[in-house]
Amino acid sequence: MTEHTPGEMVRLLTPDGERVPHPDYELESTPGELRGLYRDMVLARAADGEGVTLQRQGELALWPSLLGQEAAQIGSARALRDDDHVFPSYRDHGVALCRGLDPLHIFRLYRGVTHGGWDPAEHHFHLYTLVIGSQVLHATGYAMGVAADDAGTAVAVYFGDGATSQGDVSEAFNFAAVYNAPVVFFCQNNQWAISAGNERQFRAPIFRRAAGFGFPGVRVDGNDVLACLAVTRAALARARSGAGPMLIEAFTYRMGAHTTADDATRYRDPVEVEEWRGKDPIARLGLHLRKTGLADDEFFARTDREGADLAARLRSSVRAMPDPGLADAFGRTYGDEHPLVAEELAWFREYSASFAAAGEG
Amino acid sequence: MTRLREFKLPDVGEGLTEAEIVRWLVAPDDRVRDGMAVCEIETAKALVELPIPFDGRVHELHFEQGATVDVGAVLITVEEDPSPGGEPVLVGYGASEPAVRRRPRKRPDGEIRAAATPPVRKLAKDLGLDLATVVPTGPGGVVTREDVESAARSTAPEKRRIPVTGVRRAMARATTESAFTAPHVTEFLTVDVTRTMRLVDDLKADPEHADLRVTPLLLVAKALLVAVRRHPEINASWDEAGRAIVLHDAVHLGIAVATPRGLIVPNVKDAQARTLPELARALRDLTRTARSGRTEPGDLTGGTITITNIGVFGVDAGTPILNPGEAAILAVGAIRLKPWVHQGEVKPRHVVTLALSFDHRLVDGELGSKVLAGTGAVLERPERIIGWS
Repeated sequence: MTEHTPGEMVRLLTPDGERVPHPDYELESTPGELRGLYRDMVLARAADGEGVTLQRQGELALWPSLLGQEAAQIGSARALRDDDHVFPSYRDHGVALCRGLDPLHIFRLYRGVTHGGWDPAEHHFHLYTLVIGSQVLHATGYAMGVAADDAGTAVAVYFGDGATSQGDVSEAFNFAAVYNAPVVFFCQNNQWAISAGNERQFRAPIFRRAAGFGFPGVRVDGNDVLACLAVTRAALARARSGAGPMLIEAFTYRMGAHTTADDATRYRDPVEVEEWRGKDPIARLGLHLRKTGLADDEFFARTDREGADLAARLRSSVRAMPDPGLADAFGRTYGDEHPLVAEELAWFREYSASFAAAGEG
Repeated sequence: MTRLREFKLPDVGEGLTEAEIVRWLVAPDDRVRDGMAVCEIETAKALVELPIPFDGRVHELHFEQGATVDVGAVLITVEEDPSPGGEPVLVGYGASEPAVRRRPRKRPDGEIRAAATPPVRKLAKDLGLDLATVVPTGPGGVVTREDVESAARSTAPEKRRIPVTGVRRAMARATTESAFTAPHVTEFLTVDVTRTMRLVDDLKADPEHADLRVTPLLLVAKALLVAVRRHPEINASWDEAGRAIVLHDAVHLGIAVATPRGLIVPNVKDAQARTLPELARALRDLTRTARSGRTEPGDLTGGTITITNIGVFGVDAGTPILNPGEAAILAVGAIRLKPWVHQGEVKPRHVVTLALSFDHRLVDGELGSKVLAGTGAVLERPERIIGWS
């Protein structure tokens, strides 16, 4: 098991909503910022829940739920500057939201009406990567470019515990270390790589792996949005200052199934799920806001309403999404017209038409 | 204007073609809202809840629970709410609901119905709770899921209740009645059945019996019938009211069969008069009919003695409970290859443990022992079938 020893994991907010100090990471935050983090997490959860529902209704082909990982995503994403560049995985809807990306882009992707969905330059938010771990290499290369340009910005890359078993991730770690690339490796360890638990992935805690490559690694309570914010902020500042990469392991839990095509009850102990339910990231910050009087019932009601409104907008927009034309699918390979693609498109049209003809006969 | 809308089974996995309806969470006439789970389905990949994509009142459920449904088939039709002001609001949030929905609805029988969403209603039913007894804390007196859960916690510690009906209920009643009226005694005997196993193999290999299902159980049945023939007093019933022991001429041989719906004990009528091939056919038909759930009530009554083959579950012995009205029941354990002293040497032999329970009101230890020993003796040397019957 990779259970942490006390003190090894950075935590600033307990599951009971109490602020606790940490010798290395401090966080000065205004009441408005705290409420903002809460609101972000609620919106992320609302959009995510709608993704699951729409998939069950046949509107989406697939949906990987972020449920339980809101603090890891929101905390780390709110540490970013607008000009930092982000490489997400495929479950990072909360990060997308913080980057200002309209979540509808993600819904288009999982509906299968687009291959990519958005302009990565617009929000400094790269396309989702469904290949496990490959974006960690892309981010490292990009960060090496940032350093070469002397841009003074940082790169953040998101990946899961399962990705750490990929060679790509180890290669990226090594390149980043050797080239002192300004990249923050943000690993959301949600304990489960589909049905493979941590003990089937590694024997040493993920964060300790960084030491072997020659850069710092930190484990943070991934359900504590304040700790995630503080640690990521420090790691990004460090990267921008030219001190090189850092690995953050956000220790969290995937409350839902791997995706809508998975049934986690087949391989997971419900006791474990219940235990993590008690560490819910939103409830935790909510408790803190109530205890300290930084938010009232009206705030919570308004925030929930905002979440519901977002879900409603997504629902009606997704249902109204038109299917893409064939030309769109064939028009993305080359910038200009290409004789081979034109030939293939013509063949495909004929082939599709043959079904209609057979159906009539 | 109302109109009917259909919700078709979507592909909830990646490239799935069908799903099984595990259970409905709503019933006809229930109100549903966009996003509310209406049924639980199991696909090749997962067990999931299906949320319906519109508001309204359930008009029809198109499939029974347990049905396997193709993707694209209509699962449920919903009568959309009449919309006084143009198109219905696509999304329910924010819009206030008609107040009438929050009041208890009068049903045709005049009973006041507590307000709750269908899933909560279903939960209460599953937990065996009367919704009317649950204190509502939801807006407008609606019973919430938390209310039901906390009521369940305060009334009962159990997590899950399975309604006992049909075959299960019959089994519970029969075993209780039997266990607490007939004083049971169980005796055990472990015998070497190697020769019987050889005979089973020989019979199987005989082209004459190609259409028969020759099993060790068939030979056990025959052995018991031979023992009963030598000790017919075991084939009897206790008549409490008439203060008498009723001896039966015919042996109606019961066989305990595990079916998908539970345990049933159909019997082979006049088993004593059947030849071995006839008995084999009767046993085959009886278990086949039982497993497909088509056993006639007449085949379940009138049994006089029973065999239960617990060996199929890999266990060696047990203390079977008598089928009510019968004097004896034979449990057959798993036939195992074991080291056994045979003709003065330790050899690997096929060995089985037999357990005979009998009703001590009418069967004493001597009779019970003779029947058990006789059955075992036939299985040890199956040629005794010829000598003893």
